[in-house]
Amino acid sequence: MSALNTAMLLALLPELLVLALMGVVLVADLAGWVQGRKLGWLTVVGLAVVLAVSLSVAMPNAAGAAVWGNTLRHDALSFVFRMLFLLAAGLTIFFSMDLPGLGDRGAFYLLLLASVLGMMLMAMANDLIMLFLAMETATIPLYVLAGFFTGRRDSVEAGFKYLLFGALASGVMLYGLSLLYGFSGGAVEFEAVARGLSETAAPRWAVLAALMVVLAGFAFKVAAVPFHFWAPDVYQGAPTPIAAFLSTASKAAGFALLVRVALVAFPGGTMPWWGAALAAMAAATMTLGNLLALTQTDLKRLLAYSSIGHAGYILMGVVAATKLGLTAVVFYLLVYLLTNLAAFGVVTVLERNTGSPAVAHLAGLYKRSPWLTLATLAAFLSLAGVPPFAGFVAKVWVFMAAVEAKLEWLAVVAVLNSIVGIYYYLVVLKVAYEYDPPADAQPLQVSRPVVWALAALAVFVVVAGVAFGPWFGWGQWAAMALFP
Amino acid sequence: MVPLSWYLVVAALLFGIGVYGVLARRNAVAILIGLELMFNAVLINVVAFWRYLHPAQVPGLVFAVVIFAVAAAEVAVGLALFIAVYRRFGSSDVDDINLLKW
Repeated sequence: MSALNTAMLLALLPELLVLALMGVVLVADLAGWVQGRKLGWLTVVGLAVVLAVSLSVAMPNAAGAAVWGNTLRHDALSFVFRMLFLLAAGLTIFFSMDLPGLGDRGAFYLLLLASVLGMMLMAMANDLIMLFLAMETATIPLYVLAGFFTGRRDSVEAGFKYLLFGALASGVMLYGLSLLYGFSGGAVEFEAVARGLSETAAPRWAVLAALMVVLAGFAFKVAAVPFHFWAPDVYQGAPTPIAAFLSTASKAAGFALLVRVALVAFPGGTMPWWGAALAAMAAATMTLGNLLALTQTDLKRLLAYSSIGHAGYILMGVVAATKLGLTAVVFYLLVYLLTNLAAFGVVTVLERNTGSPAVAHLAGLYKRSPWLTLATLAAFLSLAGVPPFAGFVAKVWVFMAAVEAKLEWLAVVAVLNSIVGIYYYLVVLKVAYEYDPPADAQPLQVSRPVVWALAALAVFVVVAGVAFGPWFGWGQWAAMALFP
Repeated sequence: MVPLSWYLVVAALLFGIGVYGVLARRNAVAILIGLELMFNAVLINVVAFWRYLHPAQVPGLVFAVVIFAVAAAEVAVGLALFIAVYRRFGSSDVDDINLLKW
């Protein structure tokens, strides 16, 4: 354990700045210096500063280094994810700023920042203790945020359900972690756990069982089958921007941690069934998610099942466990995060104007708000994976990663699933473009920050689909952390 | 000295009781108590492994402290949300809290 030095502080600079921003927001809110939605601007500007400062002075080299007594890794992989979480939090605030009961409360911004801090530590975690601590730091504020509208029955129900399932999942996962800690001979660092497990005296079935319950905890976090059932209920009841944050940043954080655990702590060689279990989970997740999405009439539930389907595609890259696989996972998460935020942004506007996020309320959207419909078109076609939108490129890369890793059957399942997916995304667009609006329909009211955020996201979805080089480069750089 | 496996068996039984409580009880507070039992089982595991494998090293103890701190935070938030639920639904039975379903 070395003394505190500049390198250690620089490695943790983004987190320290987020912590400082939390202090500023807390004091500004309590002292009454900044009120209402101005707090949102304060937080967004703060996040932008953190992002700019981190990018200019805290960039690691690709291979990175273990810091803070080997509990954290400051490398390209963690850095890309941390910047992504900051971006997602900023966009979420744009969507929620003008929502009464959410955007005018200081507690909302504080909880969101606390959750982002946990996610950033998840991306960096390098030992079992930090894995658990970071995961809970990210998740506990989200329980409160999901139940933030305490006056609304669906919101408190969503929050409480999320908490019960989440606590059960983390308890089960923790039991597995404690067993792995013992089986590996008292090791907590990921590399040491991998070494310890490869020469363990414990029976194989016991190690395998412990690994499976740990996997269950991850499956909950990324909403993968068979631990996906909370997602539709929670997304539907939670405030819409929070549902957006849950389905994007929270899922990405789960994957950021999962790739490190799957590739460093439990590499396929030590446990033959581990890869097979992940592959089966990927196939089941995408199939069930896409099939259940077909029958949904509520836009938030539809996006929830679609996000389960996407978790399946991303898992394919994790199963591949190659450099291309990891690159594809990072790129897919980047594209998916921004695309899905755009989709949920449209839902926020719809719910605000019509009172409910039913697909039927989209009827005639094209005649009411053509520009908003264009953003919807970009987001949903990108989610469906139609060229030239970014989602298409992202899908191609994960499919290629699966084929390269000799998982052709998985790639075939994924292609079939994408075809199912196109159907329900197009149904949404058909309602928006072809159906007639209600007789008294007015153009939808869209607040200024939402307009900017949606415009930026829609432009990104097209640009990243046509010129994906620079974005894919980020993925390649991140992958160099684990595959030099 | 008692062998390590005894501790692991006790922890496994406690964990099993906790999981049963979470899955079988309908009262929300009873479910939270079941969760606590699960976390306590994990604590027994961690501390026993620490004592038998590496009593001179500190990570096992840190792990244990982190676990009970987080478990306390989890239940504190759980009870706060439970109060919000109880005010809206007027019931502590999870079967009554069922607005959201497919």
